[in-house]
Amino acid sequence: MKTQTEPIVERSMPTFRIAKHGLFIFLCLLPALLLVTVFIYYPLLKGVIMAFQNYSLFDLTNIDFIGLGNFQTIFADAGFKQSLINSFYWVFCSLIPQLMIGFIVALLLRRKFRGRGIYQAFIFFPWAMSGFLIGLIWRWMLNGQGGVINDLLMKLKIIHSAIPFLADPTWAMVSVVVANVWYGITFFSIMILAALQSIPDELYEAAKIDGANYMQQLFKITIPYILPTLLVTTLLRVIWILNFPDLIYSLTNGGPAGSTHILSTYMIDKLINGQNYGQAAAVGVIMMIILLFFSVFYLLATKFNKAGDF
Amino acid sequence: MEKPINWQPLVKGIFLSLFLLFTVFPLYWIFITSLKPSNEMFTIPIHYWPKKITFDNYINIFKISNFGVYIFNSLIVSIIAGFFSLIIATLSGYVLARFEFKGKLQVMFAFFITQMIPLFIGLAPLYLLMSNLQLINRLPSLMIMYTVMMVPFCTVIMKGFFERIPSSLEEAAMMDGCSRISALFKVIIPVMLPGIAATFIFAFVQCWNELFLAIMFIDKEESKTIPVAMNSFITKFDIDWGSMSAATVISVIPTLLLFAFAQRYIVEGMTQGSVKG
Repeated sequence: MKTQTEPIVERSMPTFRIAKHGLFIFLCLLPALLLVTVFIYYPLLKGVIMAFQNYSLFDLTNIDFIGLGNFQTIFADAGFKQSLINSFYWVFCSLIPQLMIGFIVALLLRRKFRGRGIYQAFIFFPWAMSGFLIGLIWRWMLNGQGGVINDLLMKLKIIHSAIPFLADPTWAMVSVVVANVWYGITFFSIMILAALQSIPDELYEAAKIDGANYMQQLFKITIPYILPTLLVTTLLRVIWILNFPDLIYSLTNGGPAGSTHILSTYMIDKLINGQNYGQAAAVGVIMMIILLFFSVFYLLATKFNKAGDF
Repeated sequence: MEKPINWQPLVKGIFLSLFLLFTVFPLYWIFITSLKPSNEMFTIPIHYWPKKITFDNYINIFKISNFGVYIFNSLIVSIIAGFFSLIIATLSGYVLARFEFKGKLQVMFAFFITQMIPLFIGLAPLYLLMSNLQLINRLPSLMIMYTVMMVPFCTVIMKGFFERIPSSLEEAAMMDGCSRISALFKVIIPVMLPGIAATFIFAFVQCWNELFLAIMFIDKEESKTIPVAMNSFITKFDIDWGSMSAATVISVIPTLLLFAFAQRYIVEGMTQGSVKG
């Protein structure tokens, strides 16, 4: 097993002819494709159709196409607008600190030091946890007047009186974002660290001989070198964060009064509590459209065309 | 590399320490909470270390709920889904790594898309599909869905592993009269075992943690997985934080241990370009 730092030695990829191996290829791919088609693509397609139907679990006898009716209902809902705005806030405010801190941590971990392995194992922790559990833990820490975060902030003299983190809409939104930042830094630092370790040392040696200082090295070598990784990682992360309802679900469940819903939690709320599948599906379709636009825009803006390539 | 300036290691040390504290504290806190007796839960000033350590919360959680059943359900679902997704992904990953064929790009794209779009768009139709299959409130519904969920990701990881193993290896075995499939399982797989173990662990943890499909499909005591059960511990107005913290610790320990073990390989898989948090 090679580590990422070593160059991959000579990928051997013999091109066998299809005619000879067609059946084998087909049979090997069949289970995967069959499962994905039946249990992912079929429900998705059905979900898109549902978005244009009057589909409620309470009344399955009365399902008709209602055109854009679901979309009209949703657009008229203040809760939807709120969760749309929140989604952008959620993605942007979570992503930037995750990326920045993750980048700094990766830079600091680039060179070996005693205990680096253990350190990495510890900061890896959040990643093994589900968004649901993380939401719960933060809910407990932010809990009411006697939560530990209020206590710590007061001990550090940052605040004088307890902040009602989860009862105040603005603070509640800040809370979910902070919890998400906590969760996501690890991801970035690990991805970026792997990229950093693939930079050949000779580049730095050469720069040092030329008298480049740390900042020059950072902007002339490090960042350009890992830029492709940064771009792909960020793109995928944006999509992932936008689709990530678990943490908000257990931390605030969209509350207080719907003020921390993002599109995905708003949709799940409609599914679990409202049982109005048509409207929920319509929200899903809107999310897909946003994702599509974002991906196209991003790819054009960065002129980086390898994102779709594994 | 950088100019040796004295304050640099210091700043670095401080930053890394603070970051470590920030990362570890929530876990420390939930763990400490789980060891507190109920009368210490809300004391002011807050106790950062319990005056009296107790395992009551842990005992209690098994008394007030069928927590043993939930653990068993989570285990069985995650193991079975992890196992099947691995087998299926081994086959598809192998073919994608070794052969060029028409439609390969489309197949890869079909897998890739599943990682990108919010799967809960299909949640309602899935529910109907599962109820047609008579699987609502039964564990096979989750076993199937988790397998499906993990197959694309595992395929990509396995493809990466296969690409790094020279094909001369199985060709030699095939010269000796092995069929391709037995060469795959007798020669290649053993070489990849650590990577495969890590992929399994990753899949296992994802299944272990999954919440929304489980909430949708399972509402019966004997079929609940840990996340579903914990979700039902959250009542509208109150959470019993003693039991909840104990449940959190119990459910997080296996994943922490497994991840610590498989960390290196998971990172490797993740950084090959296929990403799912």
